[in-house]
Amino acid sequence: MLIFEHSKPGRTNKAQSNKTGPIPDSIPEKFLRKRPAALPDVSELQAVRHYTRLSQKNFSIDTHFYPLGSCTMKYNPRACNTLAMRPEFLKRHPSSDESLGQGFLTCMFELQEMLKDATGMSRVSLAPMAGAQGEFTGIAMIRAYHDARNDQARTEILVPDAAHGTNPATAVMCGYKVREIATKSDGDIDLEILKESLGPQTAGIMLTNPSTLGVFDRNIEQVSKMVHDAGGLLYYDGANLNAILGKVKPGDMGFDVIHMNLHKTFSTPHGGGGPGAGPVGVSERLIPFLPVPLIAQKGDQYQLLTEEDCPQSIGRLSTFMGNAGVLLRAYIYARMLGREGMKRVGEFATLNANYMMARLKEKGFTIALPERRATHEFIVTMKNETKDLGVNAMDFAKRLLDYDFHAPTTYFPLIVPECLLIEPTETESKEILDQFIETMSLIRTEAQENPEIVKNAPHTLPVKRLDDVKAARELDLVFTPGVQ
Amino acid sequence: MPFIPHTDEEIKSMLASINVSSIDDLFDEIPASLRNENLDQIPSGLNEMDITRLMSGFARQDGVPLCFIGAGAYDHHIPAAVWEITTRGEFYSAYTPYQAEASQGTLQLLYEFQTMITRLTAMDVANASLYDGASGLAEAVLMAIRANRKSKSKRILIPRTVHPVYRKVVHTIVKNQGIVLEELDFDLEGGHINPESLPNEPGDIAALIIPQPNFFGVLEEVDALTNWAHDNGMLVIGVVNPTALALLTPPGEWGEQGADIVCGEGQPLGAPLASGGPYFGFMCCKQALVRQMPGRIIGRTVDTDGKQGFTLTLQAREQHIRRSKATSNICTNQGLLVTAATIYMSILGSKGLEETARMCHQNTQALISTFSSINGVKKLFNRPLFHEAVFQFEAPAKETLKELASKNIAGGFALEDDYPELGNTLLVCATELRNQTDIDEYQHVLAYILAEAAKRK
Repeated sequence: MLIFEHSKPGRTNKAQSNKTGPIPDSIPEKFLRKRPAALPDVSELQAVRHYTRLSQKNFSIDTHFYPLGSCTMKYNPRACNTLAMRPEFLKRHPSSDESLGQGFLTCMFELQEMLKDATGMSRVSLAPMAGAQGEFTGIAMIRAYHDARNDQARTEILVPDAAHGTNPATAVMCGYKVREIATKSDGDIDLEILKESLGPQTAGIMLTNPSTLGVFDRNIEQVSKMVHDAGGLLYYDGANLNAILGKVKPGDMGFDVIHMNLHKTFSTPHGGGGPGAGPVGVSERLIPFLPVPLIAQKGDQYQLLTEEDCPQSIGRLSTFMGNAGVLLRAYIYARMLGREGMKRVGEFATLNANYMMARLKEKGFTIALPERRATHEFIVTMKNETKDLGVNAMDFAKRLLDYDFHAPTTYFPLIVPECLLIEPTETESKEILDQFIETMSLIRTEAQENPEIVKNAPHTLPVKRLDDVKAARELDLVFTPGVQ
Repeated sequence: MPFIPHTDEEIKSMLASINVSSIDDLFDEIPASLRNENLDQIPSGLNEMDITRLMSGFARQDGVPLCFIGAGAYDHHIPAAVWEITTRGEFYSAYTPYQAEASQGTLQLLYEFQTMITRLTAMDVANASLYDGASGLAEAVLMAIRANRKSKSKRILIPRTVHPVYRKVVHTIVKNQGIVLEELDFDLEGGHINPESLPNEPGDIAALIIPQPNFFGVLEEVDALTNWAHDNGMLVIGVVNPTALALLTPPGEWGEQGADIVCGEGQPLGAPLASGGPYFGFMCCKQALVRQMPGRIIGRTVDTDGKQGFTLTLQAREQHIRRSKATSNICTNQGLLVTAATIYMSILGSKGLEETARMCHQNTQALISTFSSINGVKKLFNRPLFHEAVFQFEAPAKETLKELASKNIAGGFALEDDYPELGNTLLVCATELRNQTDIDEYQHVLAYILAEAAKRK
């Protein structure tokens, strides 16, 4: 049932009412709405029960193992939420005087400094509100850098074929052409093709390392040198930073700009599709172009730097200072982990992934890059199962839901057929990983003996497989009473 | 180990399964020259007791001042149930609902949100959120350029009565695509765009942006502006405050044909001020433009048994399918804030939201009338307003704000940097939370500060 179907005309929620008089004549009639907005008229209990019940139709980290590759679905410590929801933090107006926010600004300054050290970059801006906005920021800074040098010939951004879709979409938003470069069968970038692709038209390259194939590019130093020699800059997509936290720093690999997904590596919640936070770190040469506001320390006071202080900045990305509450949760998480804890993140994320990869291989599953070490994630390809049993990666994913496991990422990266990208994260126990591995074997047995049960999965969830074609062809995006 | 469950025994057995002797061996593909475990700038970890002590100290340091600032973020009452439910783990710690069968809770909620926001704006369709009001306007500008097929220009008219930071953000986001933002000046008497000042032949322009209420809190002549834009081949982008819409003509009913694209800051619908975020941007449009809209869109469909269900739809617009040809690069958006907003709108209902809007308006009127007794304070602009007003001071506004802050009052937003022609001016807001006692306190302190400043002169 939809909330609107609980609604009854005339039902009001008195506990939430304001005592008001008639509509004042200080607003002339012509500006006023003629009919009420038809929001639901329900009691507080009806709303609470409706949304509590809806919540129970979700999988989440708090209820399920969520091995979603490239998404880093690790435990979101409750303390981070509870402390960030203190009334003093929630009630602070973003435009209030800096003297009224020194506690909060201390946290933000220290977060900037910690992220700088964790990534090996020279300076960090917390402004971008999600990974994709961090990407935009990075490429816009690369463009600002070339423009400031009057180097107008650089019109192309190189993107590997295994990259996340946000990479090429971002390059286009910044006015660049995209040139795709191929990945070799061992998962590393093809240096020959890279060499052919580089030239005076190259503005930069967007890379994820470890790549979306779940392996660390062993030639990253050569890649970095080649791109820099051609006059281009290197952008690091921080989607997979969890794999290398405390082990190797993007700054040391030669990257000029990186974004971090704090909702991945720094364990702020995904919230059913955000909010995230995508701070950027830069090397020396890009510092002048960082987005504002930046948080600076002046004596014992913290303050926000604006366009006046940073005249070459690419500008602002949000009305205020980005997703401050997300940044605060990331700060609390970083302080709880500390430097020892951060090193453990990369170590145990990698241990869990390699353990799963070894066990699944032992169980006869096909690993996409079996000769390589897994990083924090790895790929199983279901091409044999699809060919031999007629049961594909999507069928496995949907059947896993019946066994109370969230599905891995399916059909990404695009260059591996019938793939499942599996990322367990460091916060999952060996027991859970073992259960998942056993369940994968069980599903394959089902696929051999009774493939229909796998092909028609899920069977135990609130709905069975949904008709996506109907959803797109017969658009029903808002509820209209009487229309089913 | 905090948040890591492994026992020593388990680590040993896992390493044996992988056939390596230590965790460190797992990093052997990373060139030795790059290995760097130095994290000296990061302090040692804190347990939950110590982090609680630390954060409580920061919180106490900041306190809770009496807030009269609006300027894009508003201090509204949020019913207790809103965040109690929103932070349930099933909403809080879920991922983007790609696996529809395992995400029906979030998906149905987003469909309900799309319905509510279209009812509030009187538009046909909505997406499931953008990052915030300012970046949402930038996406609306890009969308208008794509959608206005009759226009060959990449010109957008953006009035100076639009929030100054929105204008800056739009510039940052669209400047690399050759889009020209042309500013439209405002009437100094009314604080609005005077329709009579608009040119008869504006030329080829893709869209006009209309804020309602505008940045000064003033109501714009939305009908006349919308008709003028449509008569001249432009699309209309409305930038609206959702609380105000409970009271004001919705953009879908502006002029003869209504606005084409509507966006705005969703923060007033249940998001706390929280130093500027996370908030969410909303976006609605006419049915005909739905395929040009960026962001997630949820549709209702049926499962293999014919049972109702919800799923992400029109994904062919999005970056994970279309890559470089996508409508936007947006991926993660602000789902949890939309969860809060949907619960907020359900609990308030049409009547509750309208009462909130009226109370905000009444309190601001009360503030205007209370301030009229202070020497050296003058209200600017003679037009109807919603819940903000501009006051001009004889003393420098920024210094006055500093002094107010020292008395624990967040007194308003200084306009002099963005509108030097207005002199020493503050934009002040009173929401439903600022009652007459609060207004009187502000009046007393302000009168005292201004009197002291006058003595010093």
